[in-house]
Amino acid sequence: MPRVLVVEDSGATRAYVRGALTAAEAGGNLIEVVEAESGFEALRLLPRGDWALVITDVNMPDINGLELLSFIRSSERHRATPVLLMSTQTSERDRERGMKLGAAGYLAKPFTPQELRDEALRHMRSAEVESQHG
Amino acid sequence: MADPGERAREEFFTEAQEIVEAFSRNLLSLDATLKAGGDDPSLVNEAFRAVHTLKGLAGLFGASKMGMLSHRLEDVLDALRLGRMHLSPQVLDTLFSAVDVYAQILVAEKEGSEAPLAAVDDLCAVLDALGSGGVPAGQLGSSYELDPGLLAVLTEYEEHRLRANIEHGLALYRLRVQFDLATIDRALEEIKERAKRHGEIITYLPTGESASPDTIELDLLMASRDDLATLIGTLGADHVVIEAVPRRRRPSLAAGTLHPPPPGGGTLVSLAPPAPGAEALVEEEPAPAEHAASLKSVTQTVRVDIKKLDHLMNIVGELSIVRGVLSRLSERVRADGQRQLSAEILRVHRNFDRRLGELRDAILEVRMVPLGQVFDRLARVVRQISRDVGKEIRLVITGAETEIDKLIVEELSDPLMHMIRNAIDHGIESAEVRERAGKPPAGTIALNAYQKGNHVMIEIEDDGGGIDEEALLEKAVAFGRIARAEAHDLSRQELLGLIFTPGVSTRDEPGDFSGRGVGMDVVKTNLGKIGGVIDVHSERGIGTKMTITLPITLAIVNALLVRVAGQVFAIAVSSVSEAIVFDPRKLKRIDGREVISLRGKTLPICRLDAVLALASEGPSEGRRYVVVTSLGARRLGLVVDAVLGQEDIVIKALGASFDDIRCLSGATELGDQRVGLVLDPAALLEEVLASAETAALGAALGG
Repeated sequence: MPRVLVVEDSGATRAYVRGALTAAEAGGNLIEVVEAESGFEALRLLPRGDWALVITDVNMPDINGLELLSFIRSSERHRATPVLLMSTQTSERDRERGMKLGAAGYLAKPFTPQELRDEALRHMRSAEVESQHG
Repeated sequence: MADPGERAREEFFTEAQEIVEAFSRNLLSLDATLKAGGDDPSLVNEAFRAVHTLKGLAGLFGASKMGMLSHRLEDVLDALRLGRMHLSPQVLDTLFSAVDVYAQILVAEKEGSEAPLAAVDDLCAVLDALGSGGVPAGQLGSSYELDPGLLAVLTEYEEHRLRANIEHGLALYRLRVQFDLATIDRALEEIKERAKRHGEIITYLPTGESASPDTIELDLLMASRDDLATLIGTLGADHVVIEAVPRRRRPSLAAGTLHPPPPGGGTLVSLAPPAPGAEALVEEEPAPAEHAASLKSVTQTVRVDIKKLDHLMNIVGELSIVRGVLSRLSERVRADGQRQLSAEILRVHRNFDRRLGELRDAILEVRMVPLGQVFDRLARVVRQISRDVGKEIRLVITGAETEIDKLIVEELSDPLMHMIRNAIDHGIESAEVRERAGKPPAGTIALNAYQKGNHVMIEIEDDGGGIDEEALLEKAVAFGRIARAEAHDLSRQELLGLIFTPGVSTRDEPGDFSGRGVGMDVVKTNLGKIGGVIDVHSERGIGTKMTITLPITLAIVNALLVRVAGQVFAIAVSSVSEAIVFDPRKLKRIDGREVISLRGKTLPICRLDAVLALASEGPSEGRRYVVVTSLGARRLGLVVDAVLGQEDIVIKALGASFDDIRCLSGATELGDQRVGLVLDPAALLEEVLASAETAALGAALGG
């Protein structure tokens, strides 16, 4: 069962994302959604396994989404894990930065559950293909 | 669009409300900082984050009005936090008004009614008029050797703070800290708290290196006015390495030229080698200790509708009945001669009893919330009113962490708000009057809460002019509440108590705020509904102190069961001080009320059968008892036929058809499956005192 880590300090938004993802199927399997309410929580959870996808909010206190992304990119084990950023920040600057740091995608809030599902599944699949081929 | 789920939606409301409350607290802190002549960028950033999250939530959950308002607020706060706009008292006022508009929107959203269009539009127009500053943020002209990897992960705000600190001549330091993953949140809060005295932590970045899988290494980028030695002195530790970030020779590192950091490798985010020794920097007074940042909860929590807890508590009540059945079953089996079986049932009963007690306590604990919730709202009101009436008020809050039943907290807000309004409007004198009296021009209102046994005490104390008892008395006489002849018999305490008489505390010319036709009598009645009692102390020229005594919870009560005219009644043990044998020969009559003398003090007597209009069983042959109830400073003796014992009871509300019955606060199921009525000592006191007053008035008029 592919596991997705959702990092977001807003509980309601986590619930929204979980709702959108658990209704979907990825590669014939149900998605297991694990929630982290802060960057720290994510740092604690990350080493506990392999992740099909990390979805993180950009604007969080202490460890922000960009920092988390940079950490994941630099980690031996999770380097290939796709990271999907989400933010209400309409700022081109943050989006650009995220892409430069190696984000798989950038979801601007508000997004519909369908949009989130499509985007998540797209990156989970492409990650799967990449890891199979190299 | 698919349904985001009912749960997520529920969570949306709770979370949005919490964020609005936090936003409001944040503005209060900002206000205080501003008044003290300082500024705290982290507070502005927190306020920004609050509306930013609200905007995101509004978008996801289709709350368009909330989204619209948040969007405008975000623009303003973004401009403020990025230094493009100055935080003036006017701007702060506008932000404050957003708190109320948010509250209206949330109520409308929840009820599915129309969002308050006009209020939102008006506020948005004001926000638009504020603009959001036009000066674009400049490039990050860093004069420091900062690692590109670090610069790449700065958010716009962090970048701004970095720039602002450098511009203000602060030096940059790198703190490399090893954290235990399990305790990183608390450890980081501690470092932040200590670092505040020396400057500002701009960002945190995991270095990608760690000593073990359970630890993580972070680089903290900090700006400070203090030198390296000072920082090492207060922040240094085994797991903390502090280095100064070296200054750069070539000017300017444009943010646009950043490259993505190379993958892997521990050197990714190092901030270049340490400087060879501490740099001498501009030495200035360290910044004053700033307002403590709100600690993000590190606990795991779930939110529960209080109705569900009520339901659980009702089940506990029903289980208490099962417990009673078990106990009687044991007796019956014993009577049948099966001693061993009886003993076994008794053992089960005891075990059940203990567990039931634990369950009840656990549920009660869950219902408790800190009074700070309502105090925060009051702080906002104080700020508003003091501005409106042009009096400077200092609000000092202590004991905000004191916990009380959620339902009681909800009902407290209006009475407390009214009392505070009273204190500002009538209590605190104008600055001129105060100065003439040798007081500081700013008035002080102290809001103090603490737990005392099974009660929570809330004190509202002002250092104003005190209550004018003579004026009170005149008013009470004019309203026919008291006979002038009776006046000199009144103690000072009784005179002050007149403030709670209907009509007396209402102003002739209603003031803008407290005189809205709601008197202290209403405050008292409303507090009485949640089992609260209010006492007043006042000294002319020194101030007034109102003390509210509240039960910790209304859900379950340890009650004394008594019998009156063949019926069982329950009285909360917390309001009972003792029970004595009733001796009718010692009865005296003073001012139309029956009293006895108890250890030299006069105790008014209440004949429950008469007050409750029960068919009296005539002059009882056997001995009767007086249950002495005390509430705040007052006492009342209730005459009962028998005292049956103590029991924990779950109080259930009487139906609407019982609304006009005073003196009863509800009903309860007793262990033997009978229903008992629960007496309300506060209402009984009222009843007895009122009837005595009528009698006294009649006597005075007649004589």
